[in-house]
Amino acid sequence: MRDTPLSNCEKRFLLKAIEEKKRLDGRQTYDYRNIKITFGTDYGCCIVELGKTRVLCQVTSELVPPKDSRPTEGIVFFNLELSPMASPAFEPNRQSELLVLLNRQLERCLRNSKCIDTESLCVVSGEKVWQIRVDVHVLNHDGNLMDGASIAAISALSHFRRPDVAIQGRDVTVFSPEERDPIPLSIYHMPICVSFAFFLQGSYLLVDPCEREERVKDGLLVIAMNKHQEICSIQSSGGIMLLKDQVLRCSKIASVKVSEITQLINKALENDKRIRKEGGKFGFAESMPKERITTLKRDEAPVEMTDVKETANDIVNRTETSTEAVPSPVLVAAGTAHVGEGIVNSWGLDEDEEDEPQTEDRKTDEVMVISDSEEDEVVILNEEAKKSKKNRK
Amino acid sequence: MDTVHARFKEKIGEVLLPGDVFSFRLPEDGDGDGNNIKTEKIICGPGFRRNGEEVQVCKSGILRHKQPNLYWIDSQQRRYVPAKGESVIGIVTAKSGDIFKVDVGGSDQASLSYLAFEGATKRNRPNVQVGDLVYSQFTIANKDMEPELVCIDSCGRANGMGVFGADGLLFKVSLGLVRRLLAPQSEIVKDLEKIFPFELVVGMNGRVWVKAKTVQQTLIVANLLETCENMTSQQRQTLFRRVAEGSL
Repeated sequence: MRDTPLSNCEKRFLLKAIEEKKRLDGRQTYDYRNIKITFGTDYGCCIVELGKTRVLCQVTSELVPPKDSRPTEGIVFFNLELSPMASPAFEPNRQSELLVLLNRQLERCLRNSKCIDTESLCVVSGEKVWQIRVDVHVLNHDGNLMDGASIAAISALSHFRRPDVAIQGRDVTVFSPEERDPIPLSIYHMPICVSFAFFLQGSYLLVDPCEREERVKDGLLVIAMNKHQEICSIQSSGGIMLLKDQVLRCSKIASVKVSEITQLINKALENDKRIRKEGGKFGFAESMPKERITTLKRDEAPVEMTDVKETANDIVNRTETSTEAVPSPVLVAAGTAHVGEGIVNSWGLDEDEEDEPQTEDRKTDEVMVISDSEEDEVVILNEEAKKSKKNRK
Repeated sequence: MDTVHARFKEKIGEVLLPGDVFSFRLPEDGDGDGNNIKTEKIICGPGFRRNGEEVQVCKSGILRHKQPNLYWIDSQQRRYVPAKGESVIGIVTAKSGDIFKVDVGGSDQASLSYLAFEGATKRNRPNVQVGDLVYSQFTIANKDMEPELVCIDSCGRANGMGVFGADGLLFKVSLGLVRRLLAPQSEIVKDLEKIFPFELVVGMNGRVWVKAKTVQQTLIVANLLETCENMTSQQRQTLFRRVAEGSL
């Protein structure tokens, strides 16, 4: 299926927003989207989420005869795939330009930087070596696939454990994970790609472009770096002229980002290791957030109307006592009060079910208590209205 | 008495998944009295498929009911399937001869004749560029033919349709949210209006275009609308109030 075209209005808006230093998702120029790394139940299986971009990586190993030119070295094989699931524009089994570019860049980033010790993968010189296969699948495409793929690949490689082997004479025994603990690969360093998108002939720069930003970009600079600030690969595409200062600045930004991401990967790896050791629950299913489509569903709750007045009065009394504890309610407008400090963003937090007393007091139209997060509390007391009602009574 | 109606009714408001089945067959009672079998009519809307003596669910979502006997599944899908009479936001992708090719987010591109604009004649062509947004209505939409759009109503008036969107932002939301936005007296739009003035165009194909005074305000409206997807009305009101207060 063909891709959704980008309309002129989106293009204009994006460029205008970039000129005003604004981004679609409210990020700053140098901000990454939220990175989430989760490991599967198997070793060497990992999903990386970069905002809405999701990349799955699976590392597998196999005993193969080595290449004739390098009889004592193991083989590392990278394969990145773009499935139609990621974006309707991707066609299955087709070597698109983007696919070739991403594959090439991933190889340059991980193989040519020699971050994996291939000599330790040798079992019998000239006869048997380990072949490590890294399969990267893009699950959802929302821009910056390169960074997602490189983070996923290196996380999965660090997470992967190969079976232990024993050599006796010419016999090679491969032990199952139950017999002997599998062995992690020896990884010297973690190269991570950081993408920079350039707009309007290089006058504006954004880190971690999302899909729509990628579509209006003029050029792309991908820097692969490790936490020791060694540049592993650098690639500029799009044919824009960059000044030396710009490239240097980008490499400085990259070094900051790479150290942050490396920390994140290490933390995720440690976390996974700890949970496995403790025997807790791990894997993808445990780390999936529960997103509900049923928020609009309303259960019919039978409301008893016999003693509404008493319960409502009771609630009024209770809520009034609770507000006394708050030092200074902020009066935003007549009839409203804002209680609590450090109002946090509660988007996407799980909602509290509306319980019965609340439905009742809404009916009496006197007090409305709205609570949606565990940290703060917004209370609206319709003071004037209530008083006048009481007077009338 | 267990009727087909009752089987549907007890599931109203519940989540159904593809593969769920409603059977027409009544349980064999001991009396075997043929007299109490009445003919019942049920109109199955989107998300249902009839298969012999049963109705199968083919979309995941919430079962909805409208008196007297209309049932459908309210799904949150994002893929649009053109339907006759629906108004959509399209993107012009090509000009070829006397028709424009318009992307509406469906499986196929729709065609839009250059004569289907208000005041357009053979001499007086409408000014439409590739990449422009058009708000238009389907006159032909079925699975075997290329869908066709028009930008005029039956009286030849534009009636709000045509090319729009010199600036502003276009984004995609789920079809479920679009239906909520388009419902008469939509609460989301009402709540949003209180924050600041803005222009809004909603197409049934899940595309939404907004324009506010500044880029920042446009982005705020767009992000708020996107987050409305999975929020209860209470959460939404709290969020909107906070935005209005400027604390976000």
